[in-house]
Amino acid sequence: MREETLNVVGQPVLRRDGLGHVTGKTVYVDDINFPDMLHLKMVRSPVPHARIKGIDFSAAEQVPGFVRAFTYKDVPKNIYTILCLIGVGPDEEPVLAEDKVLYQGEQIAAIVAETEEAAMEAVSKVRLDLEELPAVLDVEEALKPGAPILKPWGTNYFIYEGHHCRRVRLGDVDKAFEEADYIVEECYRTSPIEHAPTETTGCVARPEPDGRITVYTNTQALFFTLDNTALILQIPFQKLHFVGGTVGGGFGGKVDVIVEPIATLAAMKTGRPVKYRFTRTEEMRVSSSRSAWRMYYKDGVKKDGRIIARKVTSYADSGAYNRHTPYACTKHAANVAGPYRIPNVWIDVHCVYTNHQPGSAMRGFGVTPASFALEVQMDKIAQVVGLDPWAVRFINAYRNGDMKPHQKVVEDATLIEVMQAAAELVGHQLPEQFKQMSSWDRQEA
Amino acid sequence: MAKLRGTGMAAVNYPTGMNLGGDPSQALIHATTTGNFVISLSSADLGQGLKTVIAQIGAEALGVPFENVMIDTADTDTGPHCMGTFASRATHRVGNAVIQAAQEARKAMLEVAADELEANPEDLETDGQGNIRVKGSPDRAVHIINVALAAHFKYGKTISGRGIYMKPKSDVDPETGKMDPDSTEAHACTVAEVEVDTETGEVTVLSLKCAYEIGRVVNPALVEGQIRGGSVMGMAHALYETTYPYYPALDHMPGGFSEYVLPGPLEVPEVQSVLLEYPSANGPYGVKGVGEMTANPPIPAIVNAINNALGVRITEIPITPEKILRALEEKEQAAVQG
Repeated sequence: MREETLNVVGQPVLRRDGLGHVTGKTVYVDDINFPDMLHLKMVRSPVPHARIKGIDFSAAEQVPGFVRAFTYKDVPKNIYTILCLIGVGPDEEPVLAEDKVLYQGEQIAAIVAETEEAAMEAVSKVRLDLEELPAVLDVEEALKPGAPILKPWGTNYFIYEGHHCRRVRLGDVDKAFEEADYIVEECYRTSPIEHAPTETTGCVARPEPDGRITVYTNTQALFFTLDNTALILQIPFQKLHFVGGTVGGGFGGKVDVIVEPIATLAAMKTGRPVKYRFTRTEEMRVSSSRSAWRMYYKDGVKKDGRIIARKVTSYADSGAYNRHTPYACTKHAANVAGPYRIPNVWIDVHCVYTNHQPGSAMRGFGVTPASFALEVQMDKIAQVVGLDPWAVRFINAYRNGDMKPHQKVVEDATLIEVMQAAAELVGHQLPEQFKQMSSWDRQEA
Repeated sequence: MAKLRGTGMAAVNYPTGMNLGGDPSQALIHATTTGNFVISLSSADLGQGLKTVIAQIGAEALGVPFENVMIDTADTDTGPHCMGTFASRATHRVGNAVIQAAQEARKAMLEVAADELEANPEDLETDGQGNIRVKGSPDRAVHIINVALAAHFKYGKTISGRGIYMKPKSDVDPETGKMDPDSTEAHACTVAEVEVDTETGEVTVLSLKCAYEIGRVVNPALVEGQIRGGSVMGMAHALYETTYPYYPALDHMPGGFSEYVLPGPLEVPEVQSVLLEYPSANGPYGVKGVGEMTANPPIPAIVNAINNALGVRITEIPITPEKILRALEEKEQAAVQG
């Protein structure tokens, strides 16, 4: 299939930055230091849900090297949402907590000091007066009547155009369940996962003599980080200059806008460069994780292995705030029925708020849990029907020209071809009918 | 007590690009008088090798050597807008933007070369080695350095180009979920072989063998890197990783790598892969993308292999030794009662 005319596309050329990475010569954000640079550390909530009654900085202010503390009162526009510029809303996350905290580790106040040690010492001396509130940690508990309500709009779920979940509807699943020979049900669960990048999230914000601020950052997305920082600080976009491009592992963990706005604010207010870099513990316990998912499958299957109905109810644990989880739920809805042709599909995907650290983007973004659940479910179907696991997938595999549950016509499908290639690789003998199949062979009756 | 072996397979699709579109990226290209072509972007390289594959795509589209293509990223003062590096979008979106920019720059380059060679631009071709020559007359050739110098000092012309790629933002029908969530889809099938120690509950992944179809492969070495990295990441999701060991409770949350278990060199299984190429209609040179998906199929393949080895049905990850032993205990009790 390769065009003979291609020169360098398709060649395993050596990556240019590889040698720098493996010899430790690459400059990352944490390698950037300035002589008069301050360090920012965060006062965080020790509990998952509480009312903030008071913050006392008096002991912290006595720590040698303490420079300044910041609370929500210092943040010009304290409520934001990451994708506001492309119309995803509503604004619902504070940069620094105001009267309440919704998760353990939530940012309450920033301290800048001459050294990292002094900043940590000062943070440890801040006295918080908190009134602990009942926490809701389980996604299904959060949706029950009587659960503590976390959101100002009065629900513990994201509202999709008037619906309590993202839905997909194709055909009539209930009718198909009646026609099915087998009903195969199961609940699948995944755990929150840390992105575990080698380089933790961080930035250095430096005031320039011309009045602008240069922000050196390891964000995965320079422009929407810049845009959000400007909006939060209510300063013109042209005041900011973001520099990045080399990231020591992202995996989706560096698309939240967390460190840049507050470091930039501190740099503006002190007139000095400010570094805000997560410790490994912050990266694990505070920065957003892969959301935990719970997925209930109910499939209607015929004796020959054809799946004629699939009903999925999924719950994503968004944690305390949206970040990217409402978006992940929509992506999940488009993929949770799998690369199979199923004529009747019913999907409800709930984006649920709990008192966990926010879930957000992570490699696979709503699709990873879907692929896990549905591919383990396919094995269960094979077992129930008495078919080989390969067979149940070949029988149901989608072809080009088929209709997906979200009513997009399948194009670029090669599921059959990768299964044939994998079978050959492991020496699994496929029956002739599956060897002869192709993603382009759909013959409609 | 025994060590039981099992195999499991999983087949998956993976969508390219930000869900529903609306995620543009731009590229600017200009030639310097050194014969170098600078591609200005604001796209971050996360370690996956974006700068390298974009230089390959740029060199291919310009028709100049890879070595002459420089990537200048990521600076919001000099680089045009990029939505960001995520959603398996960068090679697809930025690659397309670079091709569009390269076509404009190549046209300008060939016009200057045509003047230098006293030929028509349509009659010229590039050899990918730095020469522009008249088709059928390889002796009539000029090097890109001389073209760049002539453009600047002799003709007062720029050799530059602008490119953007955007899949327009679409909406979801709130009632039916009708939507257009992706630009193209890549596919993979992974077969896992595991050995489970029924005394300790420990799982050893013996091998992960997989077939990937990701459209055009721009750099097979970097794709192999993604497959190996993703295989181990998926294995870690299946067996080890959790920030909440007693989810949803907050107890014993790990705070470092001594508590958050990841596979080390001793746990890394044999990984074998084959690549199929069915170029996509809208990707640069038919690219689909391999950014995120490689961590996905190992998870169900390993879970299926464990269930196959033990004759149980574990449905929650990570499958820790505790979960294995509990599943075996339940199976034993069911057999006694049965």
